[in-house]
Amino acid sequence: MERWQTRIDTDSEGFQANREAMAALLQEIEVQLELARAGGGERSVARHRQRGKLLVRERIELLLDPDSPFLELSPLAGYCTNYTVGGGLVTGIGVVSGVECIIAANDPTVLGGAITPVSMKKTDRALEISRLNRLPYVQFVESAGADLRRGEDSAEAEMQRQLGHFAESGRFFHDITALSAARIPTVSLVFGSSTAGGAYQPGMSDYNIFIRGRSKVFLGGPPLVKMATGEDSSDEELGGAEMHATMSGLADYLAEDELDALRITRSVIAHLNWRKLGPGPTLPADEPLYPTEELLGLLPVDLRTPIDIREVIARVVDGSRFEEFKPLYGRTLVTGWASVHGFPVGILGNNGVLFSEESQKATQFIQLCNQIDVPIIFLQNITGYMVGKVYEQGGIVKDGSKMINAVSNSTVPHLTVIIGASYGAGNYGMGGRAYDTRFVFTWPTAKIAVMGPKQLAGVMSIVRRGSAAAAGRPFDEEEDARITAAVEDRSEKESLALYATGRVADDGIIDPRDTRTVLGIALSACHNAEVKGAEGYGVFRM
Amino acid sequence: MPRITRLLIANRGEIARRITRTAREMGIATVAVYADADAAAPFVRDADEAVALWGNTSAETYLDAAKLLEAARRAGADAVHPGYGFLAESAEFARAVIGAGLIWVGPRPEAIAAMGDKLSAKKLMTEARVPTLPAVEVTGGTAAEICEQGRPVGYPLLVKAAGGGGGKGMRVVGNEAALAEAVAGARREAAAAFGNDTVFLERYLQGARHVEVQVMGDRHGNVVHCFERECSIQRRHQKIIEEAPSPAVDAALGLRLGEAAVAAARAIGYDNAGTVEFLLDKRRKFHFLEMNTRLQVEHPVTEEVTGLDLVREQIRVAEGDPLSFGQEDLRLNGHAIEARVYAEDPAHDFLPATGRLVAWEPDPALPARFESGVESGSDVSVHFDPLLAKVIVHAPTRTEAALRLANVLERLRVHGVTTNRDFLVNVLRHDAFLAGDTSTDFIERHNPPRERHVGAEEVRAAALAVALGAQQAHRAEARVLKTPPSGWRNNPSVMQEVRCVHRGEEVIARYLRHRDGGFTYEIDGQVGRARIIRSGDGRIELEIDGVQRAFSVVSDGLRHWVQSAAGEVRLVETPRFPEPEREEVAGGYAAPMPGKVVVVNVEPGRRVSAGEVLIILEAMKMEHLITCTQDGTVQQVRVTAGAQVEAGQILLVVDTGESKT
Repeated sequence: MERWQTRIDTDSEGFQANREAMAALLQEIEVQLELARAGGGERSVARHRQRGKLLVRERIELLLDPDSPFLELSPLAGYCTNYTVGGGLVTGIGVVSGVECIIAANDPTVLGGAITPVSMKKTDRALEISRLNRLPYVQFVESAGADLRRGEDSAEAEMQRQLGHFAESGRFFHDITALSAARIPTVSLVFGSSTAGGAYQPGMSDYNIFIRGRSKVFLGGPPLVKMATGEDSSDEELGGAEMHATMSGLADYLAEDELDALRITRSVIAHLNWRKLGPGPTLPADEPLYPTEELLGLLPVDLRTPIDIREVIARVVDGSRFEEFKPLYGRTLVTGWASVHGFPVGILGNNGVLFSEESQKATQFIQLCNQIDVPIIFLQNITGYMVGKVYEQGGIVKDGSKMINAVSNSTVPHLTVIIGASYGAGNYGMGGRAYDTRFVFTWPTAKIAVMGPKQLAGVMSIVRRGSAAAAGRPFDEEEDARITAAVEDRSEKESLALYATGRVADDGIIDPRDTRTVLGIALSACHNAEVKGAEGYGVFRM
Repeated sequence: MPRITRLLIANRGEIARRITRTAREMGIATVAVYADADAAAPFVRDADEAVALWGNTSAETYLDAAKLLEAARRAGADAVHPGYGFLAESAEFARAVIGAGLIWVGPRPEAIAAMGDKLSAKKLMTEARVPTLPAVEVTGGTAAEICEQGRPVGYPLLVKAAGGGGGKGMRVVGNEAALAEAVAGARREAAAAFGNDTVFLERYLQGARHVEVQVMGDRHGNVVHCFERECSIQRRHQKIIEEAPSPAVDAALGLRLGEAAVAAARAIGYDNAGTVEFLLDKRRKFHFLEMNTRLQVEHPVTEEVTGLDLVREQIRVAEGDPLSFGQEDLRLNGHAIEARVYAEDPAHDFLPATGRLVAWEPDPALPARFESGVESGSDVSVHFDPLLAKVIVHAPTRTEAALRLANVLERLRVHGVTTNRDFLVNVLRHDAFLAGDTSTDFIERHNPPRERHVGAEEVRAAALAVALGAQQAHRAEARVLKTPPSGWRNNPSVMQEVRCVHRGEEVIARYLRHRDGGFTYEIDGQVGRARIIRSGDGRIELEIDGVQRAFSVVSDGLRHWVQSAAGEVRLVETPRFPEPEREEVAGGYAAPMPGKVVVVNVEPGRRVSAGEVLIILEAMKMEHLITCTQDGTVQQVRVTAGAQVEAGQILLVVDTGESKT
C-alpha cells in the first residue's frame, strides 16, 4: 500500500492561523466539558458526597478496567438549552472485565437524576448503539423519575408541551427488553431511587444489583400507597434492597455498598461468556507517519479554502497507508482502503462538491465494501450535490439517489466524521446520522445544515422578492437586508458543531487529534456484532 | 597416590555449591545429598548426582552419619567433604568415613577431637605457649558454688559451652547475681545443641575484637597461615560481617598472630584447613579462643586477598599432596569484606524469618562474589540455617570494599522474605565501621538503624514506578482495545489511581496520560510530569520531573518490591474493591431483614439439631423462621423476644465444633 506524501507546510501562515482558530474552538468546547463534569454544581455535589456516595464519573471509573479507554458519548448534549450540559446522564463505551459495554449512568447531582428530554435522547441513542453494535447495556440507576416541572415558558418548552404526549413515552422500557431478546445482556445497578416508571428499568434488566440501605425500587411510594389503598408503609418495606433480595426477588445481588456493587457488576460482566462476532483487528496498528497534532492546522474555520482529504486520512490511518480506489475518476470524492487500529476500513472522503461521477464512484465503492465485509468511514466536508442545468440534465438526481440507496442498504458498519461542511443531501449520502450510522462524530470546525447560511439567507431573499413581485407589492430592500443578515446569522449559529451536538445530532464533538483513537474504539465496538455486507446483486459497475 | 574421582558433599546450600564448583574445576564428579525440602534446591541441581536422605530435620538427614555413608556407597563416591556445620567437626564421623575406605576431606580425626572440647583445647594451647584466657569449668550445682567459681574470673564474664560454638550456650554476665541463672540457661542450651552440658567461665573482654587466623596443613608436616580475618561484627554472638585483613592488625602483630596459629596447629598435628580464633583486646594483646577444625564460613575473604582456592588445597592435601605453596609465597593483596545475608528480622531481635523468595537476583551491573544457596522461588524453611548468601567484595582498600559491598547489597533484589540486608548496609556505611572501630559489641555500642531510611520522595517514585508499570501491563494484557492510548478519555475527569501502603502509611499514586505519551502524576499532593523511557523484563526507566531513574519492580499479587539505585522500597497495594465491612460470625445466624423478634426457642448451652426452629422473627407482617442449619450447641443468644432487629444483625451463635482451632 502506498504511503501518502504530505504536501502540508506546517510553517505556513495559513496552517498557523488555522491552528490558532482551532485552538480557540477547542477552548470553547473545554469550557462546556467542564460544565458537564461539574454536574449539578458545587452544592449539589457536596450534598451528594456527604451522603457517602460516589460521583457518577467516579462510579464509571471504578467499573472500567484499569487504564482501558472510555469514549463518552454526547458529553455536551443539552448545550444551548435550559438543561445542564450533559443532561444529567453520562453515556459511553468502556471496557468492563474485558468486555466492551455501553454504560448509561444517571448523574443524581443534576435534578436528582430526573429524566429530561436531553437525557431521554441520550438514553435512546445509547440503546440504539447497544442494539446496532451488540454491546451489553449497563445502567446506573439513581433517578427522581420524570421531570414534572411545567413552569418553563420558552418557545422550546411550549413546543414540547404541544407535540409531546405521555402515551408516546416509555418506549425506553420496551427497548431495554428488546436488547435482552436480541441476546444483548442488560445490567442494572441501582444506586438510589428508581421509582414509579423508573422501577421498570431494573424490572426489564437481565441482572439487578441492589445496594443495602440505598436502592429503593417501588411503583408507588408511601404517600401514593396511602392515597391508593390507605395502607401505612415505609420505603424499606415497599422497595428496599434487602426486601427485593430476600422477598420480591427483583434484586439478584445484594451489595453492601457502592464499591461492592461495582465489584459485583464487574463479576457479572466477567461471567457473560462474551464473544465478539466480528473478526477483530487483523492488521498492524502502527501509528501514522505524520503527527496527529497537525490535524489542528489543516482546516480553515471559514471552510472556504478547499483541503485535500488525503492529508486527513494520512494522519488517521495505520502507518499512513492508503490504497486509493479509482483515483483518476470522480476526483472530488476520494475512496480507498486502509486500516485504523488494525481494523480494515473503506474510506470515502470529500474533496469538493459531488457530481454524477463521484456519486457513481461512491455507489460502486460502498458495494465493494459490502462484498468484502469491511466497515466504511465517511469523512464529510461536503457542500452538497452539484446543481445547475447541465447537472440536472445529466441525471444528478439519479446518480445521487444511487449513492443514497447504496448507503441506506449497506449493512457493514458506517462511521462518520464530519470535519467541515455537511450540507443538504450531502449529509445523507455521506453517512449522516439518520442513516443508521453506527457512530457520527464532529470536529469543532463542522457545520451542519440544509445548506450554507449565506446560500440559505440568499435563497430566502430571492423567494421574498419573487413573491413581492408576484403580488405586485413594493420590495423593501432595507428590510430585506436586515432579514437576510439575521437569517444568515441564526443559520450560521445553528449550523455550528456545538449546536448539533447539543441536540444529540451526533455522538459528540471530538478533538481532531483524537480522530484515530475515537474511530479505533468505535470500530472495535462495531466488531461486537457480526460485520457482514449486504447480499443480493453483484457489484454494479458504475 | 589415591585420587578422588567422585566426591560426596555431606552438606547443603551455599557451601555445597562452593565445593561442587571447585571439584568440577578439578575434574572431580560430585554427589549431593538432600533432605526432602531440598529436592529441587540449586545445590542439588549443580551436582552430577544426588541422593535422597528421606527426612526433614537436620537430625534425620545431614546429621545422620549412617545415611550419609549409605549414600556414598550407593553413588560410588570415593571421598566425603563435610563442608562446615553438621558433621564437619565430628571426629566420630571422620573415623567412620575413613573406616568405610573413603577419603575424608578434612583434618585427622584426632586433631578434630583435640579441639572438640573447648576446655581441653585451652589446656593444650597453654602447653603450646599460645596465649589463652583463663577458663574455669563450672562444676558446682548450687548458686553459691557457682558464684564461688566465678569470683576468680571476675566480671563481666562469659558463660560458654565446652561442646560447641555458634553462640549457642553462650551468655554474657555482668554481675554475680545473674550468674547462676545464666549458667543454668547455658547448660540447657548446650545440652540440647551439643549433647554435652559442660559449661565454663571466661573473662569477658569488653571492646575486644574477634580476630582469627586461617591455617593450612598437609600430611608432610607443613603448616602455614594465610593471614588473619576480623569477624567482630556479630549479632546474637554470630558473625555477620567478616574481613581480611583486620584493620587493627599491622604487619608485626600479624606475624605474631600467624606464628601463634601455626604453633597451635602444629601442637595437634594439623593437616588440613582450619581456623584459630583469638580475641584481640584493647591493648592489642590476643588470647586464644578456640580452633575450628574445618573450612570456615568466611573463608572467601582469605581467598580473595591471597588468591588461593582453599577447597582445592583441602582436596589436594586430602589426596596426600603437599601444599602447593609455602609461607613465603603468600602475599596480602587489597582488602576483602564478606556480608552474610540472613533471612531474619533485624527489627525484632534478628529472629529468623521464613517464606518464599519471590525474587533473588544480584544486580548484574555490580559484580561481586555471591556464595548463595538460593534462587528466585526458593523456600526458606524453619529446618535449616537461615543463611541465604554470602556476598564478598575485593577492593584495593578497605573503604572501597565496604562502600562497594554496601552498594551491591543495596541493589540485590531479594524479595518475599525479611532479611538483614538493610541492616548490613547500615553497618557497612557506618562511620565507626569505616574508621575501623570494630569490636564484638559494635552493634550494641553503635546501634545502627535496623531499617533503611526511605525518604518521602523515594516512596513517591516507587509508587509511581508500580503504577506506571502496572498501567503498561494492563494495556499489554487487554483483550479488547489494546492499541488505543492508555486510560484515554475524551472527557477526562478522574485520574487513574493505584493505592499502596508503605510501612503503615498510605501512598496514593494518581496519573493521567497525555497525548505526547507522558504522564501527569499526583502523589501525596505532589504534582509533576513523568515519562516512561524504556521498560520490559520487570524493569522500568522513568523520567520524573526531568530526572531519569531505573526501577525494577517485582510483584507477587498485591505485594510489590521496587528496587532502584537508592535501594528497595516495599509497597503493599490496597485492593481496588476492599472487602465490604460486615460482621461475619462463624456459626452466626443473621436476621434476613429488619423485623421484630417474636419467639426465642433456645438458650445458651442447649444442643440443637438441623431443622430446629431457633427464633421466630416478624417482618413485613409475616413470621420468618430462623432454622438451625447444622447440629451444634447454642453459644450465645444476642436478642430477646420483642427486640427490633436490623437486617444482617447476628441473632444467635451456634457452635458446631468446627471453628475450634
